[in-house]
Amino acid sequence: MVLPEWLAEPGLNHFLVVSAVLFSLGLLAVISRRNIIMVLMGIELILNSANLNFVAFSRYGLLSLDGHMIALFVIIIAAAEAAVALAIALNIYNQFGSVDVEQISELKE
Amino acid sequence: MDLFAVAFYVFAILIIGSAAIMVFSRNIVHSAFALMFTLAGVAVFYALLYAGFVAVTQLLVYVGGILVLILFGVMLTTRGYFEKVRTRTVNLVPSTIFAAIIGLMLIAVYVTTEWTLMPLEDGEVTLTGLGELLLTDFMLPFQVAGVLLLLCIIGAVLMAARTRHPHPPAGKSSQEGPGGPSYGEGTGRS
Repeated sequence: MVLPEWLAEPGLNHFLVVSAVLFSLGLLAVISRRNIIMVLMGIELILNSANLNFVAFSRYGLLSLDGHMIALFVIIIAAAEAAVALAIALNIYNQFGSVDVEQISELKE
Repeated sequence: MDLFAVAFYVFAILIIGSAAIMVFSRNIVHSAFALMFTLAGVAVFYALLYAGFVAVTQLLVYVGGILVLILFGVMLTTRGYFEKVRTRTVNLVPSTIFAAIIGLMLIAVYVTTEWTLMPLEDGEVTLTGLGELLLTDFMLPFQVAGVLLLLCIIGAVLMAARTRHPHPPAGKSSQEGPGGPSYGEGTGRS
């Protein structure tokens, strides 16, 4: 099986393309799903695609170990964000009886 | 086609396929499990990029922590059994076109840009370098991240423990008066 040159040897661009596809799928989840947990999962997907870019550039580009550090901090922020967002989702469910983001249209009862 | 390329393509297909399943599945529990495969595949990508510590952290924090948290969120915010855990998708066609345009533009920019590339060297153990960076250059972000995590623990516990309606009325917004906004179209689904 003979593959073309750009396909047989995965480089920086291949990782960037995978990350771009992940980003657009996460964006799709954020803007088209109406469950607040699904929106949260889409945000996790977007953060993962950004992380993949950082690590790919730290391997192939000029961003040496700093890229790994930024990826670690992004993971920390994502964990904190998920905890707080799920607490907010539980409160929203207690208030409104639903986690549909179209029904959450009031700040106060 | 060496082992690196084979691993790359196998896990790229795994990542993108399970991410697509996550987005398009109508059952939110299926979405959460597809997200698990995506996150594990991204961890494999980190390992392929010689970022061993980030890969292990990804597995521990995302697959072990955030995913379990999300599953708890799914279970706590749905009534009834898991066969009924369906979610609504709105504007699927325009949002798919929008996301596809954004993704294609990103890919075009990525592919056409002349990146400054370093010559590839064999990976070394990154853990010592990361530890040294964490206590020298990244000292302030490290401490700030610790304070942030503490604040998030306290805030999440305070917010999640404050329950007003332990048994919320079903479809509350459809019971509003005639003056209120009527979003009652999707309330009766669970």
